[in-house]
Amino acid sequence: MEQIKDNMYQIDKAELLQVIMEKKNALWRLCQICCSFPKAEQHYEVTYSFSSGYDFVQYRLIAEKDEWVPSISRVYNSAVFYENEMHELWGLNVENIKVDLHDKLYRIDVETPFLPKEEN
Amino acid sequence: MGNRSVVPFGPQHPVLPEPIHLDLVLEDEKVLAAVPSIGFIHRGLESLTDKKDFNEMVYVAERICGICSFQHGMAYCMALEEIMNVEVPRRADYLRTIWSEMSRLHSHLLWLGLLADGFGFESLFMHSWRLREKILDMFEISTGGRVIFSVNKIGGVLKDMPNDMLRDFVRQLNDMEKEIRDTTKIFLDDYTVKSRLVGVGILTGEDAIRRGAVGPMMRASGINVDMRKNGYCAYGDLDFDVITSNNCDSYARCEVRIGEIFQSIDIIRQCVEKIPDGEIDTKVVGMPNGEASIRVEQPRGEAYYHVRANGTKFLDRFRVRTPTFANVPALVQTLQGAQYGDVPLLVLTIDPCISCTER
Amino acid sequence: MGQFLPFAKQVMKNLFSEPATTQYPFKPAEYPERTRGHVDIDKDMCILCGMCMRSCPPGAITVDRNGKTWSINRFDCVQCGYCVEKCPKKCLSITPGYQEPGPEKVAYTVEVPYEPPKPAAKPAAPAAPAAEAPKTEA
Repeated sequence: MEQIKDNMYQIDKAELLQVIMEKKNALWRLCQICCSFPKAEQHYEVTYSFSSGYDFVQYRLIAEKDEWVPSISRVYNSAVFYENEMHELWGLNVENIKVDLHDKLYRIDVETPFLPKEEN
Repeated sequence: MGNRSVVPFGPQHPVLPEPIHLDLVLEDEKVLAAVPSIGFIHRGLESLTDKKDFNEMVYVAERICGICSFQHGMAYCMALEEIMNVEVPRRADYLRTIWSEMSRLHSHLLWLGLLADGFGFESLFMHSWRLREKILDMFEISTGGRVIFSVNKIGGVLKDMPNDMLRDFVRQLNDMEKEIRDTTKIFLDDYTVKSRLVGVGILTGEDAIRRGAVGPMMRASGINVDMRKNGYCAYGDLDFDVITSNNCDSYARCEVRIGEIFQSIDIIRQCVEKIPDGEIDTKVVGMPNGEASIRVEQPRGEAYYHVRANGTKFLDRFRVRTPTFANVPALVQTLQGAQYGDVPLLVLTIDPCISCTER
Repeated sequence: MGQFLPFAKQVMKNLFSEPATTQYPFKPAEYPERTRGHVDIDKDMCILCGMCMRSCPPGAITVDRNGKTWSINRFDCVQCGYCVEKCPKKCLSITPGYQEPGPEKVAYTVEVPYEPPKPAAKPAAPAAPAAEAPKTEA
């Protein structure tokens, strides 16, 4: 785990579930999960935000384009929506989601619409 | 063991103005499980950053929601101000606070009306909305818009409210406060209303945290968290308490929101007393580079804004997590074990704003 | 009356009070002066810089420098007021009065009587400053 800036830590895939379990046991609330695909870096950045009272902390996971990311939906039920959204809009592969909606969360006909378009 | 059946609820339903679909697994009249599905009106506003520059995105952010529109625009501006290190003039901070609190007033009055409509008390619905109409008139006088205000810009606000306009608003709010007290008393005291709300849709404090509930939904479960206490805008200078309730049911949610109506009026009064004179915006030059996460308290709860800029005028990532998105898992929890007839009411108690949810 | 019939007072009041609504089509609606109804242009002040066209979020404004026209598709306009803010000459303004509905989308066009400051003497030089200056005013 490496601190990037205030309240923001970069973590590995291997550490993820352990960190999440610690947060759950300390009764932290899952604020959100944000996926992004910066054009310059060409990899996924998944940001997990947790909050307890007025404390706020974010963990960032970096994933390559075809990499699989573990799901945290078995720890935090509410992550189901965020993870399905990430898969549907960004094409990030999330392993073993508790309720996998198979790209049917939003009724859209474009696959991974938020991913930057590849050069034609 | 009774009869099991699955009843589809929504997306078109008389009590829901917006499309959310629930598959309700029933045993006789009791809901065993609810499977929500959203996504009927996904708009993809977050990806508009490819086409609109960061200044134009203010107007896109405002259109995420038609009710907390002001706070969406404000949160977006706050995120960019943090990235670009812009200091907002104090007067602009106070004006933003006043408009935010007026939005909260109007949103909670709207919700009270919808709730009354949900349990069939039509005249109460009309009275709540009659009161709300005056707030909308104030918005039109001060910003020029009733729903979308377009007064935010990065670095401040676009329109000033002269001090006599502010004092006039406070006078009107003082008059309204009495009327609101009469109307909300009916919500809190009336026998028919209580019979529909008390003990319905229990969400314990621990469940609220596990399910990631936010805003009045969470505060009605006894959790004392209100993002305004973080002191963004002018909230740091003001004196207010977080309103919570320990009853965890629908009545508690109603109680919390009614408490917040009066709290908002009080905050506006304090702001008008303390508002300093001076500039209302700072000039912003250059392109944003960096990232920021902002949390603001909207009428429906905490909204999360994440903006990541890369030094060009087009942002890399603009992420909004609206309060309703976070409240849907909590809704599913409250529905378990509820009576079928209470389902519309429970959907209403999270104050759903599905269009926000599907940015 | 406490718990019992708390709504009765309100009901009695309703019976004897004026309606809260107005008779809209018969009585005209009144708009406060800040109402954002539509965008107006003061054509004498416009310098055709095109700033409004470039900054309009929905792309409703078109500025034609050669044809000397400024036009707005009022059906696309979202009344955000960004063009008014961006206009370097402050010739645009937002005034009350909403666009009436119509059977088809039509653009509202204004001929702008603007003459570039140095006509034709040095074609390249005047063009560059003009492009820098904010163009749309209304």
